[in-house]
Amino acid sequence: MNVPLLSISWLLPVAGAGLLLLVGNADRRRNGLIRWLTLAISIAVFAVTLAIWASFDGSSPEFQLVERHAWIPAFGIDYYVAIDGVSLLLVVLTAFLTPIALLSSWESIGRKVKEFSIFILLLEAAMIGVFLSLDLFLFYVFWDAMLIPMYFLIGIWGYDQRIYAAIKFMLYTMAGSVLMLVAILGLAYLHNAAEGSYSFDLLKLYTLDIAPSTQVWFFLAFAVAFAIKVPLFPFHTWLPDAHVQAPTAGSVILAGVLLKMGTYGLVRFAFPLFPVAAAYFAPWIAVLAVIGIIYGALVAMVQPDMKKLVAYSSVSHLGFVVLGICAMNVQGMQGAVYQMLAHGVSTGGLFLMVGMLSDRRHTRLISEFGGLKKVMPHLTAAFMIIMLASIGLPGLNGFIGEFLIMLGAFRWDPRYVVGAGLGVILSAVYMLWMFQRVYYGKVTHDENVTLPDLQPREWAAVVPICAAALIMGVFPALFLKPMEPAVTRIVERMQNTQTLRVKDEMQNAKFKMQTVSASRERSDSRGAFDSVVP
Amino acid sequence: MIALIPLLPLLGFVINASLGRRLPKAVSGGIASLVMLASFAVSALTVWDLAGRAASQRVIEQTLYTWISSGDFVLDLAFRVDPLSAVMILVVTGVGSLIHIYSTAYMHEEVDSEYARYFSYLNLFAAFMLVLVLGANFLVLFVGWEGVGLCSYLLIGFWFEKQSASDAGKKAFVVNRIGDYAFILGTLLVFLRFGTLDFQRVASAVSPLAPESMFGMLSLATLLLFVGATGKSAQIPLHVWLPDAMEGPTPVSALIHAATMVTAGVYMLGRNAVLFSHAPETMAIVAVIGASTALMAGTIGLVQNDIKRVLAYSTVSQLGYMFLAMGVGAFGAGIFHLYTHAFFKALLFLGSGAVIHALHGEQDIRNMGGLKAGLPITYWTFLIGSLAIAGVPGLAGFFSKDEILFETFAGGHRILWTIGIMTSLLTATYMFRLVFLTFHGERREGAIAIGGGAIARDAGAISHQDSASSHQDSASSHQDSAISHQDSAISHQDSASSHQDSASSHRHSAGSHLHDAPAAMAFALIVLALGAVLAGYVGVPRGLGGHNALGAWLEPSFKAHAVTTLADAQVTSPEEAQAEGSATSGEGLELSLMVVSSIVALVGIGLAAFVWLKRREIADKAAQAFPGLYELLLNKYYVDEIYDALIVQPIRIVSQEGLWRGVDMHVIDGAVNGTASIVDSGSTLLRRLQSGSVRAYAGSLLIGVVLILGYYLWR
Repeated sequence: MNVPLLSISWLLPVAGAGLLLLVGNADRRRNGLIRWLTLAISIAVFAVTLAIWASFDGSSPEFQLVERHAWIPAFGIDYYVAIDGVSLLLVVLTAFLTPIALLSSWESIGRKVKEFSIFILLLEAAMIGVFLSLDLFLFYVFWDAMLIPMYFLIGIWGYDQRIYAAIKFMLYTMAGSVLMLVAILGLAYLHNAAEGSYSFDLLKLYTLDIAPSTQVWFFLAFAVAFAIKVPLFPFHTWLPDAHVQAPTAGSVILAGVLLKMGTYGLVRFAFPLFPVAAAYFAPWIAVLAVIGIIYGALVAMVQPDMKKLVAYSSVSHLGFVVLGICAMNVQGMQGAVYQMLAHGVSTGGLFLMVGMLSDRRHTRLISEFGGLKKVMPHLTAAFMIIMLASIGLPGLNGFIGEFLIMLGAFRWDPRYVVGAGLGVILSAVYMLWMFQRVYYGKVTHDENVTLPDLQPREWAAVVPICAAALIMGVFPALFLKPMEPAVTRIVERMQNTQTLRVKDEMQNAKFKMQTVSASRERSDSRGAFDSVVP
Repeated sequence: MIALIPLLPLLGFVINASLGRRLPKAVSGGIASLVMLASFAVSALTVWDLAGRAASQRVIEQTLYTWISSGDFVLDLAFRVDPLSAVMILVVTGVGSLIHIYSTAYMHEEVDSEYARYFSYLNLFAAFMLVLVLGANFLVLFVGWEGVGLCSYLLIGFWFEKQSASDAGKKAFVVNRIGDYAFILGTLLVFLRFGTLDFQRVASAVSPLAPESMFGMLSLATLLLFVGATGKSAQIPLHVWLPDAMEGPTPVSALIHAATMVTAGVYMLGRNAVLFSHAPETMAIVAVIGASTALMAGTIGLVQNDIKRVLAYSTVSQLGYMFLAMGVGAFGAGIFHLYTHAFFKALLFLGSGAVIHALHGEQDIRNMGGLKAGLPITYWTFLIGSLAIAGVPGLAGFFSKDEILFETFAGGHRILWTIGIMTSLLTATYMFRLVFLTFHGERREGAIAIGGGAIARDAGAISHQDSASSHQDSASSHQDSAISHQDSAISHQDSASSHQDSASSHRHSAGSHLHDAPAAMAFALIVLALGAVLAGYVGVPRGLGGHNALGAWLEPSFKAHAVTTLADAQVTSPEEAQAEGSATSGEGLELSLMVVSSIVALVGIGLAAFVWLKRREIADKAAQAFPGLYELLLNKYYVDEIYDALIVQPIRIVSQEGLWRGVDMHVIDGAVNGTASIVDSGSTLLRRLQSGSVRAYAGSLLIGVVLILGYYLWR
């Protein structure tokens, strides 16, 4: 009993990276050994996360498997990790995608295999750490630790313009995380002011009573950091560059997990910590999300490069996630988390398969392909399944999230759904058009006639992705159930705080408020808020 | 038990999709057909069970598990058979089985793996279609709804190497998506209003309400749902995909684009009859859209030269009839027509398939003629189908179409009835134009070189625009050749050989001795022909001494279940009494209307016979006399071109030049890179300050001291 599973889940890849350091590989003769070893470690990590799932009580909204040790007591900083239903599934997703990412870059990475493998494992550790942390300081450490391996993955193993892309990625995200760091330190300071001691404990900070005018600034600092990461329009331009230049494994992880950091941050930190400010800004953020949905889809439509197309489609899909969060009700939030998982699987899968084409032809231009269905029927079938998942066909994973988000947003304000729904139409346009130009028609380039179909290694990467897309579409309850209590708790926390806050203010008679609805009528809390903001 | 109905075809799909390429044709085709027959058997048993119960007890439900659950939104994966879905499952599995059997022969020239792929798609389609009609709530219906759309996409683009085929598939999917967008919005609105998506519960919640007197929430919800239906069922303004869908194999056109999938919109309205009848504003729109679509498609059908396109427009037109029925509240009549239409339209498409099969791919009716002798089975079955759709008394189409017209007239919709009668005339005329041009007269192989259509559109690789504009080109070149070569087309077939392209000369060599439909195809044709004759007798109207058994059977499906409270009974009883009272006069009216429409049908056939059997030059002269009108019809009122110019191109150009190159690359990245260069030059400036030169430091120190002192002194 009391096996520290959570610590194991992120320490195991770190230990694996340490082990790889010991493998001498000057003459590249041990590339094979390193690849298999890395794969074995990543699969072991996946097994650990499944064990975490098995020991997780899905009916409870509480944080579970808590591990807590004092780290820097003077400032109230702890090593404090735990999971609830939301982080559980994201951790599992991370560990699920890492072996697939490794398989995707099995042969295309021939240079510095050892270093590549080490960076991937460190990246995995940092990503898992981000999802586990309940101490904001620890969270920030993992958050920034995540950037470094990604920076090198793009900068060393990327394509032609990798340096530009890597630096753009780094600067964009750093700009956001600096803001967030200031806000985190400010929160600890606020806790000190209120309770007489510093604390970075998220659960304690949740209970802080922060004045709305203060919330605004804190919320904005967090929200901008996360919005860049999502990426929310108009902070998205790092994404296409980073994706296009990153090696396939980098793209898979970037799309599959890294983009979820932003939306996870909104769900875990920005919204529940500052609910009044969140309620105030949610309509504006939702507008940006809807713009992103349509804008991303339209720009994706005209991309000549497959990777860029998929990258822009992510902007569109993540817009849905943000919209769901902004709805601040159970369906919206749960749909958002579900869509994060679904997008991780399907967009990760799309990058994986685009990578397969690009490995074979060393180009990602749509115009270089055509008629591949004749040459590679299996890849075509797999691509079709994942494409359909991505455009939200019922029965596959994308639909569940999108529908719940639309349902949640519709209950909040139907106008957003009217806009967001256009993304559903457009996604069919850009995906089917790309599919048609790449796979249908006659083989137009002689180089494509002899392309081999899926290899055993590629089968091993594609089958789990397709299976996950199907299972998530047919049996969504497997994933919706364990997250529901946690999501409900987050939603209730936001609603209660808003209501309490507003009631306080009414009693103090400082604010001219007419009505307050416990069911979080947005206009009401905003009305309260307008008078608060100086 | 009822879950087996869709699961059996799904099993067939799984087998053929996974193992199909290694199986011989007989096995993969056999499995596909067998699962359909098994599904038909289960359906028949289910309906038998249903029929044995009292009218109010005719519901069988099966809940598999809770599909989506989030907060107060709980949705079961549940199936339900009631009288309406009973009719639908019989049609889908019955006609579906026949078309599977027909396909085993029709697709025989494909290689094994393609053959298996075809049947796996066809099975998958049947599975989704059955989910659609069995779904107990909006979302399960939507699973089927999108699923059949997917299969339609896959099957239209089955010959994926052909550009026009994959274009058409994509167009079908995207246009349907537009409808689906509205459908989902409508569904959300229903949930918001009633807190449930279960059809029965929604109906029960609606029925105590008064019908909306003005355009309100119910009207909006139903209107959105109806927009979804216009996508799936090819009604104005989303009808544009269906004619293009004829790029798919002909049995697919018969099954998906005539008998089953395209009727899903009509079914959905019938399924929500209670909801729709509480939104009279929407009902009026439905009726008007239905009638206009019927008329518009009928006029286009009159001038098309591709045998399948004529049938496609005919389908659009007949679907318009069904919506007309739904719109005037005659739900039973609409479903009745759906049911008879499934027989005769599937028959007509399969017949056209047999013709195309015999002529090795020829689809232009100007190159046909005189096939009666060579293809007797095809001819006679096709003729029966044509008589049925034209509404000749005694055949299936007569009963259902007359019921729609009668209900329209009796409901006081005189203008709509007039449109219906005009469409009826058009239907008889264009169908018999097709019959006479295809089967009668002399053989006209290769009379018209068909360079347009499929081949010319291959060039349009990039966008809708290209394909759409070459559409236009090919269409107008059709027209040119039709006019300029008319003489040669009629009397000098031989000299026309100079206009043949290689494809049709290939056909020419093979075309001289015709093979009528092989056994599997003939079997399907004959069974469907029997259906086209007999199917109508389940709904013989009272005016002809019948008792409209189908209407009575369907009645419970259009009412809210188990809510027949006293209040309801009181509300309905006066109307019923009135209906009883006027029954005799209604029967008289029905009889006279029946005579009118029978005469109209016969006149239409006579007109077609006069023009296309006796005096071919009349048609050509008419085309020459009204070139504008002729071209307008030939080009389908230019709707494709208008959409392209107003929607497709602007979106593409704005995205490409405005959003991507403009906003993304210049505005946002310009700002980002601009910030970077400001920081860059700023730091360069700061670097200069740190030159390391002591003199410079001392100088700046001095300046600073002077400035500070100066400030204090000045103050």
